[in-house]
Amino acid sequence: MNVAGDIAGSEQSLRRFLHGLPGVDEVGARARAETLATRSIKTDSKRQAIDLAISMIDLTTLEGQDTPGKVRAMCAKARQPGYGAPPVAAVCVYPDLVPEAVAGVAGSGVLVASVATSFPSGRAALDVKLADVKSAVAAGADEVDMVIDRGAFLTGRYGLVYEEITAVRAACGDAHLKVILETGELSTLDNVRRASWLAMLAGADFIKTSTGKVTPAATLPVTLVMLEAVRDYRDFDGRQIGVKPAGGIRTEKDAIRYLVLVNETAGEDWLDPRYFRLGASSLLNDLLMQRERMATGRYSGPDYMTVD
Amino acid sequence: MPEADESTVAAQAGRIAIRKTYKLYIGGAFPRSESGRSFEVTGAGGGFLANAALASRKDARDAVVAARKAFPGWSGATAYNRGQVLYRVAEVLEGRRAQFAEEVRQAVGGSHKAAFAEVDAAVDRWVWYAGWSDKLAQVRGGANPVAGPYFNFSLPEPTGVVAVLAPAGSPLLGLVSVLAPAIVSGNTVVVVASEKYPLPAVTLAEVLATSDVPGGVVNLLTGRVAEIAPWLASHMDVNAIDLAGALGAPGALADDLAVAAAENLKRVVRLPVSDWTAEPGLDRMIATLETKTVWHPLGV
Amino acid sequence: MRFEYAPAPESRAIVTLRDSYGLFIGGSFTGGSSVFKTISPASEEVLAEVTHAGPEDVDRAVAAARQAYERTWSVMPGRERGKYLFRIARIIQERARELAVLETLDNGKPIRESRDVDVPLAAAHFFYHAGWADKLGYAGFGPSPRSLGVVGQVIPWNFPLLMLAWKVAPALACGNTVVLKPAETTPLTALLFAEICQQADLPPGVVNIVTGDGATGQALVAHPGIDKIAFTGSTEVGKEIARACAVSGKRLTLELGGKAANVVFDDAPVDQAVEGIVNGIFFNQGHVCCAGSRLLVQESVYDDVLAALRRRMGTLRLGDPLDKNTDVGAINSRAQLDKIGELVSSGEAEGAARWSAPCPLPDRGFWFAPTIFTEVSQAHRIAREEIFGPVLSVLTFRTPAEAIEKANNTPYGLSAGVWTEKGSLILWMASRLRAGVIWANTFNRFDPASPFGGYKESGFGREGGRHGLEAYLDVAGSADAAGSADA
Repeated sequence: MNVAGDIAGSEQSLRRFLHGLPGVDEVGARARAETLATRSIKTDSKRQAIDLAISMIDLTTLEGQDTPGKVRAMCAKARQPGYGAPPVAAVCVYPDLVPEAVAGVAGSGVLVASVATSFPSGRAALDVKLADVKSAVAAGADEVDMVIDRGAFLTGRYGLVYEEITAVRAACGDAHLKVILETGELSTLDNVRRASWLAMLAGADFIKTSTGKVTPAATLPVTLVMLEAVRDYRDFDGRQIGVKPAGGIRTEKDAIRYLVLVNETAGEDWLDPRYFRLGASSLLNDLLMQRERMATGRYSGPDYMTVD
Repeated sequence: MPEADESTVAAQAGRIAIRKTYKLYIGGAFPRSESGRSFEVTGAGGGFLANAALASRKDARDAVVAARKAFPGWSGATAYNRGQVLYRVAEVLEGRRAQFAEEVRQAVGGSHKAAFAEVDAAVDRWVWYAGWSDKLAQVRGGANPVAGPYFNFSLPEPTGVVAVLAPAGSPLLGLVSVLAPAIVSGNTVVVVASEKYPLPAVTLAEVLATSDVPGGVVNLLTGRVAEIAPWLASHMDVNAIDLAGALGAPGALADDLAVAAAENLKRVVRLPVSDWTAEPGLDRMIATLETKTVWHPLGV
Repeated sequence: MRFEYAPAPESRAIVTLRDSYGLFIGGSFTGGSSVFKTISPASEEVLAEVTHAGPEDVDRAVAAARQAYERTWSVMPGRERGKYLFRIARIIQERARELAVLETLDNGKPIRESRDVDVPLAAAHFFYHAGWADKLGYAGFGPSPRSLGVVGQVIPWNFPLLMLAWKVAPALACGNTVVLKPAETTPLTALLFAEICQQADLPPGVVNIVTGDGATGQALVAHPGIDKIAFTGSTEVGKEIARACAVSGKRLTLELGGKAANVVFDDAPVDQAVEGIVNGIFFNQGHVCCAGSRLLVQESVYDDVLAALRRRMGTLRLGDPLDKNTDVGAINSRAQLDKIGELVSSGEAEGAARWSAPCPLPDRGFWFAPTIFTEVSQAHRIAREEIFGPVLSVLTFRTPAEAIEKANNTPYGLSAGVWTEKGSLILWMASRLRAGVIWANTFNRFDPASPFGGYKESGFGREGGRHGLEAYLDVAGSADAAGSADA
């Protein structure tokens, strides 16, 4: 039974399905996220969580001023963060720097993710966006982080958004697809829920909160709603889809809050880099600093943490 | 012998005092006037007290911008939070009791005892207003029994940015009595201090700056009321103006200001007060409140 | 990967427990007729010895309160009375952690709740009422409403400090003096509050704390020197007090039991509704008069809601109340645990289906796993009687009208919950539910500005808000079954 196909058969049926999903009470969702943020993770569970968080990072550089040198340095850190910490999950770069990234992580098990589809705005013709995807995949990207057309979503043209995702999915070939919802522009948690389901029906392997170029980026309440969505989707369809909050996750405290959210919402099946990632850059050093404090008993400082 | 506080006790022989500089208070910071001007403030005996900043129309403009920027945060805070912040102001005011009493006495003359009485009354007045924050909606709002299957309720809301001309002759108690009622409900203000007695107002601004009051909620200008007030009265982004400092001014200043205020239909507050020590009632708080009424059907 | 949370205990060191505590009368601690022990329900360890106030002690306390009322408190301007209440609020905030740890030790509730809910709300009640002390003329009771005199207050064990705040703050703000009797199993935060009154320099006799058991409460309620009684506790005892006041003519307000219906419609925001159900009955171990102890779920979404509820209950953490990650703490006493057990057995005996969250229970202390009963009908005891524990009875309904009928089908009427995204339905339900507090798309929310109290056998009178002042002022219509007393 091709349930997804039935639902997406027409613009109207897709709309009816998405608008028929249960609503999200924003105040209640925020309250739940806040209560979970009071969890106190100490000693062994904190050590475990820090290492898990490090192994879930998509270490990211997405700036106009990126160069091969910058990417190489980041890859060196990604595969060996130092102090005995495990490597991160992936590095995340612009498509034209994928070859550098592939070379930089070769043999380490660290994956290469590339943004694509005219990241971050997504405002370009479909064939341009698909060419962007294909170039990244051809250069060796293991994962593609695409952006949805928020303009289309906000005008209710869910069918168009759906078709773009399925087209990108096809262009990815064997590469995994992360679909960036840009939750900061979607604005309401109801929209986050609907966009999550839309992306999952269309074939996403991961749903991702943000490009990191818009404020607010990832937040706990938004991630809570997305974790509920992937949990419910697995019950609906059998497929387990991952979640990636990205942007604004700077401290070890933040990271552990996200892990608690995963643990108590979607469950331990998602506590794995295959199903949960943290899109971040400066977070890694804060995790390493806290790791050092737990190992030595002393507070560390920036002088002791390498800059990429 | 009237009670003397430490500031009047003779300094150690040969010790020179560090004199305070009195600046404006805008957006949480203490800038000088952009015009670079100042004016002499003299004490009750005619002697020199300090040079205070002489605010220009541009300072007034900047103050309104700061007040507008602070409005969403301050009006969006819970009433409980605003009450807490205002109570904290009272705590810090109380701690500076002697300093304020000295400044009041230097300004208006009179005895130490009278000055302390004024300061105590000002602090108590502030506490009175702080306690109104989380009660206004209960006293000024409520459900309305409309004829139909509708739930209908009215709520008071702050009007926005309020310009306040502080009373000319009451440098602390009068000032507090026009400032607190405006901000307790969530308005942000631009205050023009008494022209003759501006210094306690600046010291009050120091208290606000150290009491968790977000920058921009209160902005203070010192200078010539007749020069500055018209720019506030005619400003299209100011929602209300309290003319206390223009009442009794020479000429028809208050009338002129009220006419200018009509351009964007500002709420104009003209509430003369002869005795600032009397309990003020609700009038000044109500004057800067809007009322919002909401309907919603009841039905399955 | 399994993510276990290591123990994260809040330190007990912040609390200095005395070996023994006296009664707080006339501004100082004094001995009394006998002593009893208070224990931690999580470990059964003895925490301290507490004095039992006999009738002579109650007499002394009432006399102290009367003297303070006549000589000091009723003649003090409201403005100055308010300043004492502001001081008390501030000191509660300053000693917040200490109060929270002590509350958790004595009551058994999780430290997260006492830290994040009980203590902040207690401070907020004092702040709110401090501001009324000099504004009573604006409260809608005439230009200068008078106080009543000496107030006797008896509070329960479920929110010891918070219930004290709900009682003492408005009483003092309105110009009355107080003799308060904390619950037998939870006296300690009231005694720490007495120290706070001393730190605030509150005039002696304005607040008096008489610890003891039911007999102490009876002595207080019967004392001729008391002008007004405020009682929060069981409906059964409330009725006894009402009978006594009918004869004595004392003013009375009562806040009693409940069996609230939490109504979930098919268009409810499901995830938040499940949070609301869980919060409604498992918050504070279900020791809440306004607990959502009956889930009324629309039949069309029964399966989905129940599945989500069971899944969510599986993440509840039961254990050491001082652990910051504990969600469900200890049952307050063996007596209460037995009561819960008795009703739960009746549920099984009457044919309802029981399901409990799979939490391991510690060996020592009093514990009960969060439990739901399905296939419950209105006739079952577990649908009619207040269990006052973490036990939810689940019933179904088909239409809004039927939901109203079932929700109101109880002698209680304290609170109710409504879960739907449809605003007009919320207001329609709210207008028809016979309950004093209605939570729509939320539950168990309290605020000093929000009047709280019940219909029918859940009591009469309101606490909090402008309406709550009425109970402590000499105004006609101040809620009591016997009609206004003579002045």
